[in-house]
Amino acid sequence: MGLMTGDEKHGPAATSTLDALWVLYDRVLRVSPGTAADLDRDRFLLSKGHGPMAYYAVLAAKGFFPTEWLPGFGSYDSPLGHHPDRLLVPGAEIGSGSLGHGLPLAVGTALGLRAQGRPGPAVWVLIGDAELDEGSNHEALAYAAAAGLDRLHTLVIDNSSATHGWRGGIASRFETAGWSAATVDGRDHEALYAAFSAPHPGRPHAVIARVEPKDA
Amino acid sequence: MDTMRERFASVTSQLLTEDPRLALVLADIGAAGFAEAEKQHPDRVVNVGIREQLLIGVGGGLALTGLRPIMHTFASFLVERPFEQVKLDLGHQGVGGVLVSAGASYDWPSGGFTHMAPGDVALLDTLDGWTVHVPGHPDEAEALLRHAAAAGDDKVYVRLSVQTNAAPRAVDGAHFRTVREGRDGVVIAVGPMLDPVLAATEGLSVTVLYATTVRPFDAATLRAAAGAAASDVVIVEPYLAGTSTRPAAEALEDRPHRLLGLGVGRQELRRYGQLDEHLAAHGLDPRGLRERIAGFLTAGS
Repeated sequence: MGLMTGDEKHGPAATSTLDALWVLYDRVLRVSPGTAADLDRDRFLLSKGHGPMAYYAVLAAKGFFPTEWLPGFGSYDSPLGHHPDRLLVPGAEIGSGSLGHGLPLAVGTALGLRAQGRPGPAVWVLIGDAELDEGSNHEALAYAAAAGLDRLHTLVIDNSSATHGWRGGIASRFETAGWSAATVDGRDHEALYAAFSAPHPGRPHAVIARVEPKDA
Repeated sequence: MDTMRERFASVTSQLLTEDPRLALVLADIGAAGFAEAEKQHPDRVVNVGIREQLLIGVGGGLALTGLRPIMHTFASFLVERPFEQVKLDLGHQGVGGVLVSAGASYDWPSGGFTHMAPGDVALLDTLDGWTVHVPGHPDEAEALLRHAAAAGDDKVYVRLSVQTNAAPRAVDGAHFRTVREGRDGVVIAVGPMLDPVLAATEGLSVTVLYATTVRPFDAATLRAAAGAAASDVVIVEPYLAGTSTRPAAEALEDRPHRLLGLGVGRQELRRYGQLDEHLAAHGLDPRGLRERIAGFLTAGS
């Protein structure tokens, strides 16, 4: 991550996701550079497209693209922008930056895989706690539970950046809608792994990873 | 004769059976017409409830897995409300789909402005790569829907309306069609504006082109028609006036020409009533069209 400069305003957003992303890519997601085009790969959709340095660092570490790309971050000739573009970044499932698009796209992805008789792939989407404010996420959250999309997983990185916060906690929003939900220390790799791999038959699953507040 | 919307339901239900790549996404509106299709293809007919941002987002997600989504609701909720989703969840992701709207500019005048979308085509025109079909008859709607469903990964908008011409024409999903030939100018009638235009130009020596696919804009046919006649061109569209004057001007940019764009006015009428009353109020009835087309051509001669 130290190789990427120029987007320091989003530094806290980037570091907030690093541990959760690493555990996902290292131990949970069944996708690699060799299987990045396979229809049966797991999908990871980075919805929180701002502060993508941790995401790029993990993709580079896992070999999706050369680490030599990292220092060019944000430059005209670099495929790595301050918001990722799926047509430019190997391994990126969606282009993102505007908040509130990833979870609806993930719902459609889960539906599309189900419609094609592919129950295997897990679909993961990462959003931020402030991003959860977007109404589009609530459309998706309510529908996903009603439709019983049990291959869908939402990872919420909670660095207390939402202006008004969530009375009763973020997990309660998901649980009320019918999701399985777990809240864990977003820096604790074992706790993250346990939450990521918890069974949730018949329901989509949300993991709320709490990290230090954005302004701390 | 069924309506365009009814034809959309019957044709799409059939296409869903024929083509396993197709999926349909609804947001409650129109769902009753697909009850049987939903039973037959429960995984490919998805009703997300009254959630229009999700309607488009789900379509984008389906397309990311290789399916071809057809997304349907009223034009105001399909194009205007989730416009950023249309821009990002389809175009920016590099995937396609078919948007099929109902309601048009004032199909339900007593419903008021909340259910009118005269700006839909102009709004989509700010995005790259959209094909826009504006059928003028249920038979044409069927032909254009079949084109749209089969158009690979293209981004296609099909604008359905209760406003129709009396008889269908053969449409090919690409080109304007010459309906009448004359010397004094070219009038392009878009979709359901053909019958009013033909009535309005009765006795005038003008070429009338019929356009049911307006994007991409058929510049070649316009250039050929304008070359044979004087380069006075009128475009009559059933949505926001002037929506297609830009591509028409580009088609004629290397030659002297005059251009008039007729369509729905920008100012909100704040009237209910009937379709024909709205057409007259916007000058799109035969009488209003005659006055403005003849006046424009006379002023240029």
